[in-house]
Amino acid sequence: MVSSAEARQHSSLPQEIKNKIVIEELSVGYSDGTESLRDVSLAIPDHAITVLFGPAGGGKSTLLRTMNRLNDLADVISLSGHVWIDGVDILDPSVDVISLRRRVGIVFTQPVVLPMTIRQNLTYGLELAGERSRSRLEEAVEQSLRAAALWEEVSDRLDDPAIALSGGQQQRLCLARVLALEPEVILLDEPTSGLDPISTGKVEASLQELKEHYTFVLVPHSVQQAARTADYAAFILDGQLIEYAPGKQIFTNPQDQRTEDYVEGRFG
Amino acid sequence: MRELNWREYITTRLIRACGYSAIIFVGLIFIFLLREGSPALVEIPLPSLFSSRWYPIEEYFGILPLISGSIVVTIGATLVSVPLGLSTAIFIAEIAPRWAKEILKPLVEVLAGLPSVMLGFLGILVVAPFIRTATNIPTGLTAFTGALILGMMAIPTIVSVAEDALDAVPRTYREAAHALGATEWQTIWRVTLPAARSGVLTAIMLGIGRAIGETMTVMMVTGNAPVLLTGLESLFRPVRTMTATIAAEMGEVATGSVHYHTLFLIGITLFLISLIVNMAAAGVVFRQRKRAERILS
Ligand SMILES: Nc1ncnc2c1ncn2[C@@H]1O[C@H](COP(=O)(O)OP(=O)(O)OP(=O)(O)O)[C@@H](O)[C@H]1O
Ligand SMILES: [Mg+2]
Repeated sequence: MVSSAEARQHSSLPQEIKNKIVIEELSVGYSDGTESLRDVSLAIPDHAITVLFGPAGGGKSTLLRTMNRLNDLADVISLSGHVWIDGVDILDPSVDVISLRRRVGIVFTQPVVLPMTIRQNLTYGLELAGERSRSRLEEAVEQSLRAAALWEEVSDRLDDPAIALSGGQQQRLCLARVLALEPEVILLDEPTSGLDPISTGKVEASLQELKEHYTFVLVPHSVQQAARTADYAAFILDGQLIEYAPGKQIFTNPQDQRTEDYVEGRFG
Repeated sequence: MRELNWREYITTRLIRACGYSAIIFVGLIFIFLLREGSPALVEIPLPSLFSSRWYPIEEYFGILPLISGSIVVTIGATLVSVPLGLSTAIFIAEIAPRWAKEILKPLVEVLAGLPSVMLGFLGILVVAPFIRTATNIPTGLTAFTGALILGMMAIPTIVSVAEDALDAVPRTYREAAHALGATEWQTIWRVTLPAARSGVLTAIMLGIGRAIGETMTVMMVTGNAPVLLTGLESLFRPVRTMTATIAAEMGEVATGSVHYHTLFLIGITLFLISLIVNMAAAGVVFRQRKRAERILS
């Protein structure tokens, strides 16, 4: 067992870098009694890709969804701890969740395209945020589709219903939809789980390019992807943070036996 | 293996027979209506059929007042029931806390099954006197009263069906909209309602269908005077609908007489109107589905 003090010590690793998000002793429990996160502390730096990895059901998605208060909509019965973003505790009830969610975007594992056209899917969030200029909307559509490696495939049918896209295309559309909003933080929950290796490569390359403008928190769909993309990586097991270190270190020289077992594929 | 095939065969046959017989029954009803109603077209010259006087005892068979009565009462009922019904459905499906939802949903379903005669009572004893004194007119049994009562009657149907449709929209849609920074309202308006569109439209059609076909209540509360509507003020005068006319006069008419044939002709007209309304609604839903399918293939 790693004590929470130890976890905090791990969590303070990227000291010289500005931390965008600081999670402090976060515990989340759902109404069915499962305690999905226990005492997680983690500091997530700006302009980097921080990867949360670990076996299924460990609480990675729960952690992401807490960071933009989407779990408000789920059956959460117990929530304690703090999530500081730029020094503000976003779990505070007085926080304006609408503007928080504009600053902290998310891409779900299961792509959810809205019942509108491809173009409207991309502009909807911007329009909600008050953007009216046609030309700027057009620009955002093209830029975000290019960044999500989708432009070539859909540029000639932007006004078709988005539901008609293939699963992988929908997933990239969801990524583009978040990029179009230009939030500060982007939470990515297995954003390439339905993609072929080529599209996956393109998306990963985009993320590397974009990370100087964003804070990325990524749940990868494989350990390989974690190793490829991570600037920092956190290993999460059964609701607990086991180890948190720069990516190079955790995948070549893990400190915890359990991390090592998982990274080397000796887990369950 | 063989036995399974047998069962499969019989089940398919049975289901197919049921489906076909439903179509055959509707066809037979229509043929019967046609046979009994069409002679009226020969017996009464068209100009007098489309005149504004319905007074069968003196051989005046103008059906326009009846058609206008039905249309006005139905449109009025739609205007009352659709906004109220949809807002209630949205409230129950999207806004009400879970405990309120669990009380409201069954309650609405009970209301949907309320016998229409009871609403007629309510109309005669409460609504009509209220309207009479509030607007200071000789009688409270008017087109407006009918529209109001029919609207109230259609609301539970609309609420119940539309709520089911909204409820069936996956939770993930709402989450996605919220994640983009949409408020509760923006999510409902731009995401949940459009996603539930075909179910919501069905709800409205069922509600209107109930209003068009309703007989007992309108007989009780509309005053039953076959007068052609001429303007807004006639909303507050008695009217007579097609259904009420058939129900009231069919019992005392001589089989095979001109009057008898005309009543069936009214039945055919009613049948055609509901058919058109339903086809229009189905067309809207169908066209949208078609578009999505075309792109998918
Ligand atoms: N809405 C919910 N209601 C109840 N329990 C939930 C809910 N969401 C998640 N859980 C529970 O919380 C635990 C963690 O789930 P979570 O989805 O965060 O795991 P995960 O690490 O993302 O897993 P995966 O890799 O399979 O996506 C699981 O035991 C799950 O059953
Ligand atoms: Mg997950």
